[in-house]
Order: sequence, then C-alpha cells, then structure tokens
Amino acid sequence: MTPLLALADAESYVAGAYMVFVVLLLVYLAIMAAKLQRIQRELRQLAILAEDDWRPEAEAETGTKATSP
Amino acid sequence: MRAPSLRTLALLTVVTLAAGYGLAFFWAPLDTEGFIQKIFYLHVPLAIVALVGFMAAAVLSILHLRSGDPKWDARSYVAIHMSVIFGTAVLLTGALWAKGQWGVWWEWDEPTLVSFLIVFLLYATYYPLRYAIEDRDRQGRYASVFAITAGAFVPLNFMAVRLAEPLIHPRTFASGGGLPGDMLVAFLVCLVGTALLWVTLVRFELGAKAAKADLGKIRRALAPSDSLAPSRGRSIAP
Repeated sequence: MTPLLALADAESYVAGAYMVFVVLLLVYLAIMAAKLQRIQRELRQLAILAEDDWRPEAEAETGTKATSP
Repeated sequence: MRAPSLRTLALLTVVTLAAGYGLAFFWAPLDTEGFIQKIFYLHVPLAIVALVGFMAAAVLSILHLRSGDPKWDARSYVAIHMSVIFGTAVLLTGALWAKGQWGVWWEWDEPTLVSFLIVFLLYATYYPLRYAIEDRDRQGRYASVFAITAGAFVPLNFMAVRLAEPLIHPRTFASGGGLPGDMLVAFLVCLVGTALLWVTLVRFELGAKAAKADLGKIRRALAPSDSLAPSRGRSIAP
C-alpha cells in the first residue's frame, strides 16, 4: 500500500466516513422524532380525557356550562 | 449561572462543527498521508468525546449512588447511550480510514483499535444488564455500579495503550513534535464542536425522557385504574 493514496480513492473514503457520521446522526434524530411524536399523540389523548373528566365536575360546581380554554 | 438553552446549544454546535470541518478541509494542510488524513478531524474527536462521555457517566453514577436521586441515573444512562452511539461512529469511520490507509478494515494486532473495541463491547453489555432488572431502584443502583466500574476501566485502558508499542496506529498527541499548528487549531475546533454535539444530544434526549416521565405521571394521576395504563409493557429507562 503506497502511503499517499490517489486523490480519487482517498476522496471516496473520506466522503464515506463523513457520510457514515451524518447517516448515524440522522437515524438517531429520526428515532427521537418518532418518540417525540408518540409523546405528543399521548398528550393529545390525555388532554381530551382530562377535558371529558373535568367538564361535568365544573358544570356541577358552577351550575353553568364550562368552557374549554 | 444558567445553562444555555437547547436551541442555543444546537446553534453553537452547528456553527462550531461547520467552522471546524471548514478549517479541516480548506485551511489545514495535507500531511504525508494525503487527503485521507481528513478523516482524522472526524474520527479522533468522536473517539475522545466518546471516552470522556463514558467517564462522565461514571461521575454521574457516583452522584446517583451518593444522593439516591434518579435524575443522576437518568443522566448517566443518557451519557452512556450517547457515547455508545459516538463509539459506533468511531469504529465505522476508523474502519474506513484503515481500509483507505492500510488496506485492511481492521488490524487485530493494533492495541489502540482492540482496546477501543473492548471498551465499546463492555458498554454494549450495559443495556442487557440494565433491562434484565425489573425493579427500578435496583436497576438504577446496579447500572450505576456498572458505570463506575467501567468508567474507571476507560483511563486505565487508555494508559495501557499509551504504554504499549504501537504497530501502525499513530498517536494523536505524540511527544515528538505532535500536530503542526494549523492542523492542531482545526482539530481543536472539531473537538469542541463534537463535544458540543454530545452535550446537545444528551440534553435533547434527557428532555424527551423527562417529557415522557411527566406524561406517565399525568396518566397515573388522571386514571389510577388500568384503563389508561401504557399500552407498551416496558417503561422508559431509566
């Protein structure tokens, strides 16, 4: 193996290494984005459930129809 | 002093990494290895940050065992997780550099390579150890003991490698000359950028975990019955 590679060969290895890094980073970010989406979805479900649970109580206490924020 | 926000950290990371890689490609001179040496500015900072991350996890685990506060366990877990990801990048970029420079993907006689692989595989066992324990408190304690033991192994391993005779892998901060000034500046900026990336991603993941934990608390508060129990069996770690 010659110590000094032909530039084209070297470029492909350098590009490959930096691409690997970018791909790993993107895969990680995609997984985290999916997790955050799941959290958002669950939060929406909980918000709906909380609204359903609290509305009758609020109506009973005030005798009026509660308005959601 | 207040810690910078995640957005500030992310911006700082992007700017520093862009500056570092810009310096590496357009300012730092080529050395005797030729253009392939540009992998150095990616591979070595990743390796240093991964190893320091493992040691940081050990310190966080000590704080966990001393205080019993699960937040330190969470931080230690995320630090190890991020360092394992960085370690994967180190092994992959190192293999590409080795193939381009030495003509082989891996060299088993080289202490630097093998020692890093040992550290990486050691931390790969952290996950099965952690998830094999159901009880959350015990899980955290055992994981912390593991992180401290493995974290102490990292500098010992590093020193052993420095004492060993290198076969082909160069020493980054060799006593005889070391890096030329231009290359050193580019390298240091890349190192700071990579460290910032690690911190940013750790903060990001901790934020996501905290949000999920808060969600669980709200879920339990709203419905103590099984009707709102999480659909997936395993809770988030830690």
